[in-house]
Amino acid sequence: MESESEAKVDGETASDSESRTESAPLPVSADDTPEVLNRALSNLSSRWKNWWVRGILTMAMIAFFFIIIYLGPMVLMIIVMCVQIKCFHEIITIGYNVYHSYDLPWFRTLSWYFLLCVNYFFYGETVTDYFFTLVQREEPLRILSKYHRFISFTLYLIGFCMFVLSLVKKHYRLQFYMFGWTHVTLLIVVTQSHLVIHNLFEGMIWFIVPISCVICNDIMAYMFGFFFGRTPLIKLSPKKTWEGFIGGFFATVVFGLLLSYVMSGYRCFVCPVEYNNDTNSFTVDCEPSDLFRLQEYNIPGVIQSVIGWKTVRMYPFQIHSIALSTFASLIGPFGGFFASGFKRAFKIKDFANTIPGHGGIMDRFDCQYLMATFVNVYIASFIRGPNPSKLIQQFLTLRPDQQLHIFNTLQSHLIDKGMLTSATEDE
Amino acid sequence: ETDIDDRYGDLDSRIDSDIPEIPPSSDRTPEILKKALSGLSSRWKNWWIRGILTLTMISLFFLIIYMGSFMLMLLVLGIQVKCFHEIITIGYRVYHSYDLPWFRTLSWYFLLCVNYFFYGETVADYFATFVQREEQLQFLIRYHRFISFALYLAGFCMFVLSLVKKHCRLQFYMFAWTHVTLLIIVTQSHLVIQSLFEGMIWFLLPISSVICNDITAYLFGFFFGRTPLIKLSPKKTWEGFIGGFFSTVVFGFIAAYVLSKYQYFVCPVEYRSDVNSFVTECEPSELFQLQNYSLPPFLKAVLRQERVSLYPFQIHSIALSTFASLIGPFGGFFASGFKRAFKIKDFANTIPGHGGIMDRFDCQYLMATFVHVYIASFIRGPNPSKVLQQLLVLQPEHQLNIYKTLKIHLIEKGILQPALKV
Repeated sequence: MESESEAKVDGETASDSESRTESAPLPVSADDTPEVLNRALSNLSSRWKNWWVRGILTMAMIAFFFIIIYLGPMVLMIIVMCVQIKCFHEIITIGYNVYHSYDLPWFRTLSWYFLLCVNYFFYGETVTDYFFTLVQREEPLRILSKYHRFISFTLYLIGFCMFVLSLVKKHYRLQFYMFGWTHVTLLIVVTQSHLVIHNLFEGMIWFIVPISCVICNDIMAYMFGFFFGRTPLIKLSPKKTWEGFIGGFFATVVFGLLLSYVMSGYRCFVCPVEYNNDTNSFTVDCEPSDLFRLQEYNIPGVIQSVIGWKTVRMYPFQIHSIALSTFASLIGPFGGFFASGFKRAFKIKDFANTIPGHGGIMDRFDCQYLMATFVNVYIASFIRGPNPSKLIQQFLTLRPDQQLHIFNTLQSHLIDKGMLTSATEDE
Repeated sequence: ETDIDDRYGDLDSRIDSDIPEIPPSSDRTPEILKKALSGLSSRWKNWWIRGILTLTMISLFFLIIYMGSFMLMLLVLGIQVKCFHEIITIGYRVYHSYDLPWFRTLSWYFLLCVNYFFYGETVADYFATFVQREEQLQFLIRYHRFISFALYLAGFCMFVLSLVKKHCRLQFYMFAWTHVTLLIIVTQSHLVIQSLFEGMIWFLLPISSVICNDITAYLFGFFFGRTPLIKLSPKKTWEGFIGGFFSTVVFGFIAAYVLSKYQYFVCPVEYRSDVNSFVTECEPSELFQLQNYSLPPFLKAVLRQERVSLYPFQIHSIALSTFASLIGPFGGFFASGFKRAFKIKDFANTIPGHGGIMDRFDCQYLMATFVHVYIASFIRGPNPSKVLQQLLVLQPEHQLNIYKTLKIHLIEKGILQPALKV
């Protein structure tokens, strides 16, 4: 074939010409199921064996989740970080497989370098906010924090210039693809993980309830689909059914309500995570906010006749949990469909084979990533206002004329609202 | 029946020489120019067209500066939309994906969403007083992030629902292409606008430095160029690079001196509700007040002066011009690599002799981020309008507490005089 001989003349590698004709699915790495499990389940048929392996691994992951919650916020942060790195690695590896670009050695270094830069940038922004007093005390940290953006940008620029200098004539397109691939992956994986950590700092309940709702929806939709599934939901994922979708929705809302009720009682879940300078550790101790105090609600007439109660005592947070579980059940699955489409597009069965029976870490977390952004946006819009102490700090660094201008505007605003009268002002 | 994915999907793994060149759209040089220059040889004709268009663009730039900051904002927005359009069109041509009609709509929709998000964040900061007045705007600002996210999600879900089995891979490529383009173009343009609000000089000086570096590097290369600089752009030379660097620093220094005198350029752009327009009036900050600097000994001997009067901003201008000349070109190399990778000669053919808008702005985009980061790190503290806006959003009890704290602080510092009791 003419094109093949032309290709050989240009010295392309064997893998390049092979890829042109191949359209077979990419091979997944070897099965990772531990020997123990394999032996124990050797008698059962293949289908049930798969079911059991999935079931046991699900239990193992949930147990692991509980242990980590018990260990505290610091460990949670580290776990989130590890999950992020593993997801990044999985997606980048898929990129390498798709483009057969192992022969671009610079590129692996560059991808990990960019991951480091972006993480440095985000952690720097978070740390500065939450560890303000610690940072001000230590001189080196203070300088790092003051010029943080500049330092992050310089680090990123170095990577960018290295990329430009590493462009090789024959592989321009591949290199640009990998560059684009890396950046999109960073955008998806790293920003989400940092939003998760932001949510965590608001209070562990904002981390646990959303993640549990997504997991519950996964499991419930699967169960409902298994037992009652008839009508297919979307061509992209033929195993999903409408019965599973709707059943999962209701089950998740109920689960969310119950879980929030249980968790809202405990300070360690409800309080914002703070760094205590004296003890040099994280503490979760505070006066619970209004959201987490029982209140009486009047039941609307419709439900009154059904349940027979006039009022019910609930935590306001439970109302918010309905919003969170609704999102988890209705929109979260779109993250899953997106990942399914991605796997079909690149002809892979699973992202990786890290978890036996479940695929890669990314397979477990594909629905979570929209959830993390939603929770963060939800908190920013409906729950938390700006931080008053932070505002005072910012105010104190302004110029005197700016301070005066702000003070006067605030004064007229408060007088307008009737919080201040001009009379009291003259005291 | 061949799977479209197989036909175009393997596009990725082919080496560059296999991929056909994409023909640029037709030549748009106006007839007038063509007639006037019909006598000259092809090389000089090209030179003249480039020259005339350069002068036209520079005059247009001056005109818009004269018309004020609002027009500049509109110009930046217009450029952003055109650059986005150019890059997306290249994506369509590369992947032959005109047959995905949903995708055009979705790309423009995402552009709208991201712009809405960024403009909302900027507008909320700078127009705090205006926004406080209107009830609907207040609602939009308070729930801005939620609304932007909901809009984006709608687009995301539409994308997922539009996935078609045969074109899955193409659709993901276009999705990623759109997002990377948005990341590059839209964020840069918003950083440019934020720099603009700091003071028009923070917008003019960096952009002029990049343009000056382009032109002087070209001239130095034309007259003295001998050693090639980088394989990626064979026309660039070391002589051009270094000559451009020194001229740009000098140019920046002088331009900074000239512009620092005028309040129009130096003052932060503010929106005054009473006159319902943008004003640039203020007491110039220390950066823009002449100060005496003692010259280091070796310069003393050369210039035979003990001291020199400079604006501190001129020192900053050296940093800005250095970046424009040394790192800015990497943006140009990136764009050259991109054009080679996708076998296109120019991004588009909008400007005769120069190519597309993107061709002119490829060096600018790193500059915009640098200026923003520079201002945030070295010049500006927190944004007063943003602090005010956040204050006004707090609960009234918190506002009252803060008010009392601030009052005590201001009286202590002597900024506020305690009112005398009558």
